[in-house]
Parts: sequence; C-alpha cells; structure tokens
Amino acid sequence: MPTFAFTVVDEGTETVVEGSTTDHGAVFIPPAEIERALRWQLKPEGFCLNDVCYPVPPDVPVVSTNGVDLAALASLLDRPIAVDVAERAAFLGTAAARRAETLGTLEAPGFTLPDLEGKPHSLSDHRGKKVLLAAYASW
Amino acid sequence: MKDYGFTVITVAVEKDPEDARPWIELANPSHPSLIDTQHLLADLYNMVNVPEILWIDEQGRIARPNDVAFGDDTWRAVTGFESAKHANLLRAWVKGEASAFTPGEVRKLQRLPTREDQLARAEFGLGNWLYHQGRVEAARPHFIRAGQLAPHDFTIRRGTMPMQGLNSGGPEFFKMVQEWQAAGKSYYLPLPDTAPESVPRW
Repeated sequence: MPTFAFTVVDEGTETVVEGSTTDHGAVFIPPAEIERALRWQLKPEGFCLNDVCYPVPPDVPVVSTNGVDLAALASLLDRPIAVDVAERAAFLGTAAARRAETLGTLEAPGFTLPDLEGKPHSLSDHRGKKVLLAAYASW
Repeated sequence: MKDYGFTVITVAVEKDPEDARPWIELANPSHPSLIDTQHLLADLYNMVNVPEILWIDEQGRIARPNDVAFGDDTWRAVTGFESAKHANLLRAWVKGEASAFTPGEVRKLQRLPTREDQLARAEFGLGNWLYHQGRVEAARPHFIRAGQLAPHDFTIRRGTMPMQGLNSGGPEFFKMVQEWQAAGKSYYLPLPDTAPESVPRW
C-alpha cells in the first residue's frame, strides 16, 4: 500500500505520521507511529499508556497487517475522532465521560490562554480570589 | 470589586486574535483579557454560546455553572436579558452578602456534554485546524457536520460562520435562530434566576 504523510492532532498536539488507506476510507498507521503521536503503545496485552492497558477484543479489527485502524483505535479508547482522508488529517477530542467526570467534581478545569500580546495567563494564577469567567465573541 | 478579592477573566472566542483587538482596546480592561482561537474553554466547560459565564470561588470550585450574562443592556430589546439581574447577584456574592449555589445545586444546574457534543467538537477541531492551515474549503464540511451533531452549540454554528464566508450577524444567522425558536428551543440557556421573563421571538 502506498503511504503518505498524515497529521494527527491529539487534543491540540500535532504529529505527522506515516499513514495509508484502503478503498473503504479507513486510515492505517503503523503501531510505532501511533505511539509517537498518541503515546499509546501496542503490547501483547493491548494498547497501553503508563499503567493502563486497553485489551483489544479479538473480534474488533483494530490491528491488521495494514497497521492500526485509527478510527477503530479511537473507538477502543472512547475518544471522539474526526478524520479527513483526502486532507490527510485527523483530530482526536476528549471523551464526554471524561469531561462529565471532571465537571462533576466541581473543580474548575484549569487552562492557560494568551492575551492580545501573546502573554500566557492561567486560571490557577487567581486561586484565592473569586473569579467571574466570561466568554464572549465579536461574531 | 477588586478590593473584595475578585477578578474578572474575559475570554474572546475568535478565529483570529485580531478580531478581538478593537473590543479589547476600546474596553482597555485591567483584568486578564484572553483569546481562545481553539474553543478550548467551550470544550473544557461545555459552553455552547456567547456570552456565557461561570463563577469560580477562592478554592477554584465552580460556584455558579454556565449562565448567560450581558455586560450592559445594549442588546436587551433583542435578547430580553436585563444585565442588572446577574450583576446584582454577582455583587452580592463577591461582597459576601449572599452565598452562591451549594455544590448539590451546582451539579443539578450543570449541563454535561454528550458523546455527540464531543464528536461535534472533534469535527470542529479538525475544521478549525484545516482553516488555520489555509485549507478553507476543506474546513467547511467539518464545520457543517459539527453543527449537525450539536445543533444547540452556537459557538460552532454561529462561531464558524466567519470561517465559512458567512455573515454571523446576517440573514443566515437570523434564519438559523428563527428555525431554532420555531422548534421550541432557546437560543440562550440562562439559569432560572437570571432568565428573562419573556424572550423575544426573532
């Protein structure tokens, strides 16, 4: 199968990996490239990150001689994914369950964003104060 | 209200920081005035429109979940929102004259994202990445798909209009809101104590 450069954006981090595709539009990526982009490592026990392993059910075609089926892996890891084969890019988001769990703790999710001059500011800089967090837009 | 150990953090949700520059320079705020070109805050806090606000207490806990609040009454005739309602509640909380919601109440009032909402955000993320790569045409179907997956998410449906070559304050936008209201849905999702008595139909 011919391969091509494919960009995986994982929660904002971009990695260009070697990809290939089939007539069905699935995108395949070699396990070593998956590990480079997503940090999940293919081991005999499944896909592992630190101490956590997701076993690959035998009837779920995540790994084949073509490589790792990216969308099937995202599904295994319960990650939302958007794929554009023609544009050679995919974006992995955050699972609803993880967001719901975090929000349910009532701990305000931390973030760091730039101001107009590009200077980063973090929510945690304001710990000890009451904060009104207000999102707005020009549109 | 600075003397009470309080700060505002504003976050402009824009495709380009320059879109926010005139607004920020006009307001010239002393508080952090940040730019979010990736819809990070919408993803973290399940925000679905602007303006949207939250209160966070001294311990970094959510004291008031996502609510709608306008800074003034410029748009009152169109939106129905009276800015003083939220401003009075905020002032009382900051001064310690009134408590915010209890944790149980916050949880009850929170909207949590669904799988479709997060898939919509992934589609938006891919579209936004393509757009910022200069692949404007390729971005469009992802924005449209994202809006179909989360039709209540106007940070996607309205927020991507400028990236789709559409006027976000033009006929396409009004038609979108009219259809949404005709289906019995609310364009803004305020909490009960700040909700307008009546919402104008567009």
